[in-house]
Amino acid sequence: MMRGAGFWVGAGVAIGLAALAAGTFKDEYFFFAAYPILMYVVLATAWNILGGYAGYVNFGTAAFFGLGAYTAAALFHATGAPLVLQILTAAIMSGLLGFGTGLVTLRLRGIFFSIATVAVIFIMETLFINWRFTGGATGLQLLRPAPIAFESYIKMLFVVMAAIAVVAVAIARYIENSWIGRGLRAIRDSEEAAEASGVPTLRLKTYACTVSGALMGAAGAPMPMYLSFIEPASTFNLNYSIGALAGAIIGGTAHWLGPVLGAVLLSSLQQYATVNISNEMNVLVVGVLLVVFVVAAPDGILGLLKKLKRTK
Amino acid sequence: MFAFDLLFEAVLFGVLLGCFYAAVSIGLSVSFGLLDVPHVAHPAIMVFGSYCTYLLGRYGWDPILAGIALMPAFFLLGMGIYRFYYETFEKRGTDTGVRGLAFFFGLALIIEVGLILLFGVDQRMVEADYIGKSLAIGEMRIPFRMLVAFGVAIVLTAGLTLYLSHTFTGRAIKAVAQDEPALRLMGANPMRIKQWAFGIATGVTALAGAMLIIVGPVEPSMDRVYIGRTFCVVVLAGLGSMTGTIAAGLILGISESIVLMQFGASWAPAVAFGLLLIVLGFRPQGLFGR
Amino acid sequence: MSEALLRVQAVSKHFGGFTALSAVSIEVGQGERFGLIGPNGSGKTTLINCISGTLRNEGGEIVFAGEEISGLPAYQRTRRGIARSFQIPRPFSSMSVVENLVVPLEFIVHRGSLHKADTREEAMAMLKTIGLADKADTRSNQLSQVELRKLELARAMAAKPRLLISDEAMAGLSSNEVSEVLEILFKLNETGITIIMIEHIMQAVMRFSQRVVCLDAGRIICEGTPESIVKNGDVQKAYLGA
Repeated sequence: MMRGAGFWVGAGVAIGLAALAAGTFKDEYFFFAAYPILMYVVLATAWNILGGYAGYVNFGTAAFFGLGAYTAAALFHATGAPLVLQILTAAIMSGLLGFGTGLVTLRLRGIFFSIATVAVIFIMETLFINWRFTGGATGLQLLRPAPIAFESYIKMLFVVMAAIAVVAVAIARYIENSWIGRGLRAIRDSEEAAEASGVPTLRLKTYACTVSGALMGAAGAPMPMYLSFIEPASTFNLNYSIGALAGAIIGGTAHWLGPVLGAVLLSSLQQYATVNISNEMNVLVVGVLLVVFVVAAPDGILGLLKKLKRTK
Repeated sequence: MFAFDLLFEAVLFGVLLGCFYAAVSIGLSVSFGLLDVPHVAHPAIMVFGSYCTYLLGRYGWDPILAGIALMPAFFLLGMGIYRFYYETFEKRGTDTGVRGLAFFFGLALIIEVGLILLFGVDQRMVEADYIGKSLAIGEMRIPFRMLVAFGVAIVLTAGLTLYLSHTFTGRAIKAVAQDEPALRLMGANPMRIKQWAFGIATGVTALAGAMLIIVGPVEPSMDRVYIGRTFCVVVLAGLGSMTGTIAAGLILGISESIVLMQFGASWAPAVAFGLLLIVLGFRPQGLFGR
Repeated sequence: MSEALLRVQAVSKHFGGFTALSAVSIEVGQGERFGLIGPNGSGKTTLINCISGTLRNEGGEIVFAGEEISGLPAYQRTRRGIARSFQIPRPFSSMSVVENLVVPLEFIVHRGSLHKADTREEAMAMLKTIGLADKADTRSNQLSQVELRKLELARAMAAKPRLLISDEAMAGLSSNEVSEVLEILFKLNETGITIIMIEHIMQAVMRFSQRVVCLDAGRIICEGTPESIVKNGDVQKAYLGA
């Protein structure tokens, strides 16, 4: 699907549309609402690299996301660094966390790995609750600098996140179609058989965990600017982990398009529910959809579409 | 000068806390330790049990009695959940790890949000004679509610351990954990046994929920930090070891208590998760694992 | 007699309180056809797992082509020339039959340049020799038991090994199919590949092996030519005894 040139043209169009929207739409609310959707596209895509391709269910998305957010906030607070630098630094920090987490936990089978990744979230949260430089438990207020190239900061964030999303999807697509992706899929199907077939399983899994973590960190970096505020409890919230995983599973984990579709659908529904019903309902939507899809449509929307095509 | 009396009090409190942690984890010891079900919704069901206890408390029920009364209902709930899990995931084989885990996380989330919708995010408590008073020993005050939880915990753990080693069904449960094909050859239906075991694990969790709300106020998202505590205890104990659960609980309880004393409440919740990572990193089979 | 290709020296393995292997030593020469027999639970697969790296041996050493490999992860042992099939087939179920072979070709044989296109033809050629060419693009989780066993063997072959370990590849096959698989193994051996065969089908083991070792309860109870093993009282007792 979408060979070489086609993908890049599509990516260019996407960025172009984002920039155009930012240039012409007047209603700020659109960008405010669209930002989290794009953010979840990155999170779900990043999650899928380890979770979908290799079958290792990472529940620590919130840890990598949160570390990215705090790295950006701390960097900005200390030096006033520009957004691009914040994002790159955040990606590196979260990538390192991914690498470290991978080394320690990827030797463990399935559920142990998942529980260990939950542990990373809480430990990170505790560390930042106790770090006074970023405001400890009460958190930090941040003053946005002037926006670059766009008339409002939120429009700029929207375009930046759109760019990160394109990069994330491009990376996922590259991995999926390369020998790395084939190795990860072999690991997912049968790790023992993969090892017996010469696949360096620990190395590939750690690589996937590192890349995944780095992208999640990049997704988290603009968050403090988005909210003009950062504090530990809401930043290291398990809901980010569940949302990323749900987006990928609902969309379909076999192909990079799945997390994109799933995240857009899920996040849009969540936005709708939050605004029109309640904040709790938005979380319930995630839980219910996740259970429904895991039980009834394990290959996600992409799987359902494939089945439809076959029966026609 | 190092405050030995403070340390002693922390250790004592840690022992009580540890036994409490062991008791709330023992259901998971069965469902995850023996049956291999990725039951991350265990703490959520426990919190659900706490809220049921709270409701009964509003009608004048004593929390321990409420917990015991809830056990049969939770037993049936557990049987139902396992049946569903088995039919949907375990039977179908491929890819069950990811999906089963995702299912239980989804379930935990649904329970959590359900509780928020029904009861709101505020903390809920129960009242009883033994809550609020303390036992004075020398200079120390030991809260009565901790002693009650400790007592119930001992009885519960001892009861379950004896059940598993001295009754026919109990031994069948241990057998199915170790050698399912052999059990099948003997004419027993492994699925039914596992279902029964999961029911018991869930029934026990009802009482755990009652203890939770005795020990302190509860609020819906408490299940999250308890994922760390319960899995820490079960993994540290070693999968399948009931007696190890007490030892592991004690280690966790005392560690948490000392950290609480030395570094304050903002560090204590991370102890369970940190300990869990250490165990997974260095000795994943735990203390007494099979 | 040249230096042994594989030398297993006093290797043990315990699972909790259970001793699966107790100071087992075997030697397999270059180009040899080696049979490993023993009742269920005697430790055959455990021994294979220790050799292939799926499990770590406790104590003793495993020397392959002059190199101590006990500390190496499984994928590195495969890269050094040890391939094994699994007793219960473990296909890459989300992949087609030919893709199953592409994995070892990509990760072992063509490690330097990992392009899918070239390896597909090689994989197809292998499928032809084993009789699965017409199922090349079928998803591997749709194969019959027999076809799965052939795929297991093909995947081990695709690793272009120096030592191939076949773990009960013939279980449940008809006598024609058993002969088919034996033919393949004989042909492989003719190209110089050393083969260790674990089987319960006695005629297959006796026809194929030049030397046989019998395990029981984690220990070697007998070693020798097929004829001598068959007559050996201990072996008969192990299979039929209490």
